[in-house]
Amino acid sequence: MEELDAEPPLMVVPGADPTARQLCFAWGPAEVLVCETLFGRRGAGEGGPSSSRVFVVRKDQDIYIQTLRKLFNESHGIFIGLQRSEEELAGKSRRAQLVQVSKNYRSVIRACMEDMHQAAVSTRDPALHSQYSTQVSILSAMELIWNLCEILFVEAAAAGPLLLRLLDWVRLHVCDVDNMVREVLSSENPSKHELFWNAVDVFVLQGRMDEARHLLAKEASANPTSVNMYKILDDLMKKMPVPSLGNTQTLTEMELKWQHWHEECQRYLQDGTFASNSHMESICKILLGDEDAILEKKELMTTWYQFLVTRLLYSHPTVKPMELRFYAQSSMDLFLGGESSPEPLDTILMAAFEFEMHQVIKECSIALSNWWFVAHLTDLLDHCKLLQSHNLYFGSNMREFLLLEYASGLFSHHSLWQLGVDYFDHCPEYGRVYLELHIERIPLNTEQKALKVLRICEQRQMHEQVRSICKIMAMKALRNNRLGSALSWSIRAKDAAFATLISDRFLKDYCERGCFSDLDLIDNLGPSMLLSDRLTFLGKYREFHRLYGEKRFSEAAKLLLMLMTAHIAPCSFWMTLLTDALPLLEQKEVIFSAEQTYELMRCLEDLTAGKSDKQKFQDDDVETMKVEMLRLALARNLARVIVKEGTLEGS
Amino acid sequence: KRRLVCSLMLLVLMLADFCFGVILQTHSGSVWRVTWAHPEFGQVLASCSFDRTAAVWEEIVGESNDKLRGQSHWVKRTTLVDSRTSVTDVKFAPKHMGLMLATCSADGVVRIYEAPDVMNLSQWSLQHEISCKLSCSCISWNPSSSRAHSPMIAVGSDDNSPNILAKVQIYEYNENTRKYAKAEALMTVTDPVHDIAFAPNLGRSFHILAVATKDVRIFTLKPLRKELTTSGGLTKFEIHIVAQFDNHNSQVWRVSWNITGTVLASSGDDGCVRLWKANYMDNWKCTGILKGNGSPVNGSSQQGIFNASLGSANTSLQNSLNGSSASRYFFPPLDSPRAGSRWSSHAQLLPPPPLIEHSCDADTANLQYPHPRRRCVSRPLNLLPENEGV
Repeated sequence: MEELDAEPPLMVVPGADPTARQLCFAWGPAEVLVCETLFGRRGAGEGGPSSSRVFVVRKDQDIYIQTLRKLFNESHGIFIGLQRSEEELAGKSRRAQLVQVSKNYRSVIRACMEDMHQAAVSTRDPALHSQYSTQVSILSAMELIWNLCEILFVEAAAAGPLLLRLLDWVRLHVCDVDNMVREVLSSENPSKHELFWNAVDVFVLQGRMDEARHLLAKEASANPTSVNMYKILDDLMKKMPVPSLGNTQTLTEMELKWQHWHEECQRYLQDGTFASNSHMESICKILLGDEDAILEKKELMTTWYQFLVTRLLYSHPTVKPMELRFYAQSSMDLFLGGESSPEPLDTILMAAFEFEMHQVIKECSIALSNWWFVAHLTDLLDHCKLLQSHNLYFGSNMREFLLLEYASGLFSHHSLWQLGVDYFDHCPEYGRVYLELHIERIPLNTEQKALKVLRICEQRQMHEQVRSICKIMAMKALRNNRLGSALSWSIRAKDAAFATLISDRFLKDYCERGCFSDLDLIDNLGPSMLLSDRLTFLGKYREFHRLYGEKRFSEAAKLLLMLMTAHIAPCSFWMTLLTDALPLLEQKEVIFSAEQTYELMRCLEDLTAGKSDKQKFQDDDVETMKVEMLRLALARNLARVIVKEGTLEGS
Repeated sequence: KRRLVCSLMLLVLMLADFCFGVILQTHSGSVWRVTWAHPEFGQVLASCSFDRTAAVWEEIVGESNDKLRGQSHWVKRTTLVDSRTSVTDVKFAPKHMGLMLATCSADGVVRIYEAPDVMNLSQWSLQHEISCKLSCSCISWNPSSSRAHSPMIAVGSDDNSPNILAKVQIYEYNENTRKYAKAEALMTVTDPVHDIAFAPNLGRSFHILAVATKDVRIFTLKPLRKELTTSGGLTKFEIHIVAQFDNHNSQVWRVSWNITGTVLASSGDDGCVRLWKANYMDNWKCTGILKGNGSPVNGSSQQGIFNASLGSANTSLQNSLNGSSASRYFFPPLDSPRAGSRWSSHAQLLPPPPLIEHSCDADTANLQYPHPRRRCVSRPLNLLPENEGV
């Protein structure tokens, strides 16, 4: 298999000595960290890194160019529109729709080019200026290629209209002559301007007959002697048949008319009608499609593809798409004349003229420094159903491959990554996995950003990622001692173990400080309270405090007892709960019923019985005193309640 | 004559060295490797060292009433001292397996530890000990979280005694025996192996493994269907070598995949880092080389984040741009022969490496901008006229 073995690009890392040390590296989302090291040395302490320099090597640097943001942002909208556009539109209207999409892409390129041009003009920094100018030329080359692809592939113009499109293409992109023409026209006496005939030639070469005639008319009025000659040339130019866009004439009709006109031109040339004026004679030769006469004007055409179009205009106006390759190749050979070899832009355009779509995409992806162009162009061509028909095996795969590369690049940018999400969405095979891998690595530096990423994952039912994000955020919050935030994130992650852990922290904090933080959250847990036993307890325990605060003592007492008897409270917390019962026992009116008091007593005995004697001895006096106080309070409460209940029964 | 200009951009950063400082001070030998745990487990690092230990570190944010409020510092949570020889590699298991850690050592033992309580990093229990018979140099977990794949770990050996034993072994967890058992050995790799790396799975039916030995090799491992496997419950694999590169011309020390497993980086004794990438037809190619120039960087400050090298890198870029401005167009020429160069015959889509060359000659004006006649370009998303000027 023939392989293109261009030497891969070399990136120089300043400072590192390749003969003495190796480079070690680590991957980031889109970049590589590189630093010096010594591999393979066994033993201790020998030869550490010579410098602490760490290099960041980035690919897809275009992503970071501020002025290209517009290109990325706006083409994203067009891309999404194209993916959503219904394919039910059949035939012509679908084609028109796709051509429109293609034009939209080109307008974005042009708008971006204009911005970049403005930036280049307004900057005073020469380095910046050259950077912007480079971008302008890259963008204009992209637009040139895109436009040709639009004509040949998307619109697939047929013989006749094809030539008109190519003429437009040349006029749009060869615009330096306009400056010349403007200079000529703005001079006091255009016909006396030294570049006057050049201007006329340019118009003729580009097929801009009306403008050429307009200029000629000025010259004619200045030369009354040869007015007849001018009139004849003017007439020839006026009569030149052009292919029509609509179906008003058939190709044969057009060819007949053209043949007739051609003969007429031939006649005048042979008559020697223009012999007295070499300029007009050469124009007449051009009209006849004389290659040598056209090639003489090489300087005015500047590129081989303009030569191609001029040549087609005057010798093969009804060229068929499939014949283009022949004319293109010979035009390039004639124009370059073996003096210079074709360059990448030439190669790309040639591949387009040869209808080698894959070759165009391949050459572009080698020559351009970003994936934007190839990704979007390939996607468009894929929607035109062109890639499948060319190669059934990997057509749609190539689209996805390029889109994945482009979107991965976007993901390395701190704000453009959000565009990348939509591109991944439209990659059926690996888009989802790529999105999962990339979105896990979006730095969650603010809560706001985490919520944004979370929303994206939730919309796509990426449960594992949702869980992971919440877990990371909970962990972060916990490490920063923001318990409330940690709790709400772990509830969101439905992470029971973590919720238990945070609840414990809350309870511990309460034991130490005697009050709760993040009351809002705990008061409004609702059903999420059931996530973990400990969280349930935390919620209920807080409810007890609220009831107590609102002086709804009997309800509070009931809840307190329930927390212990239903084993919702962890055993380690029972002492605290019993202590909380003390003030209720000491209230003036009796709150705990006899039955409830017995339950409380049982809880207390269970708690103390659980501890061995040895432990009891170790317990400090405070603890023993607490138990004693509780026993006393319980006994007194029991006495009061028996009296009270007995009285009630009696009465 | 003309050089392709690489679009890779160089920035020079200084890493704060306090974290290195802490670790190096507490290990009493060279630290071979350092690895991060998933952020779900907090800011956690593991390191392994010549001093026969591996250690787990955690970053602690200062308590709110502390003097160090808001500041963080690293604390060694545990030291794993089971190995009797140098611990050569340490890797955290994929996060779906919980907080697990594998180490391997020069005496040929792979140990797998687990922290049962993810909040208590000082408690690790040794779950498995796998004896590999050969001095181990590197390990890699299979990152696939698919239920179809049991936990799997690849072990490489740098044993350089003259034998023809396979230097890469693959161990798989067996649900029935609750043990790791050898599932496969790459018989073709008989030279010392220095590093090994599974690629992210991306939901493929096969696994991709990169091996750094005297060259870079990429293998695919396709699990055979269970009913075809013979030995009690262990998966057998169909192993293919898909790429083998000797461009380093010497020992290769590290291999590592980018996050999507589309680019492999390798570092060798030639002092280069090479980047390898497959096109969409799975042809692997070198797509970039990073190499030192051996000259010391001038004027760098110790604290600056972006230092002078950024400027120098850009200057060289600029020089190579302007030095070749004889070209008429905007792209550098390709060195490749054009004849017969068709997509189908060599279908690689290299990433776009070259920065487009810009030439400032007068005759480049053929693509000059702006075109004064196109009014519609002044605003974005304006429609191009159907056929202007005809």
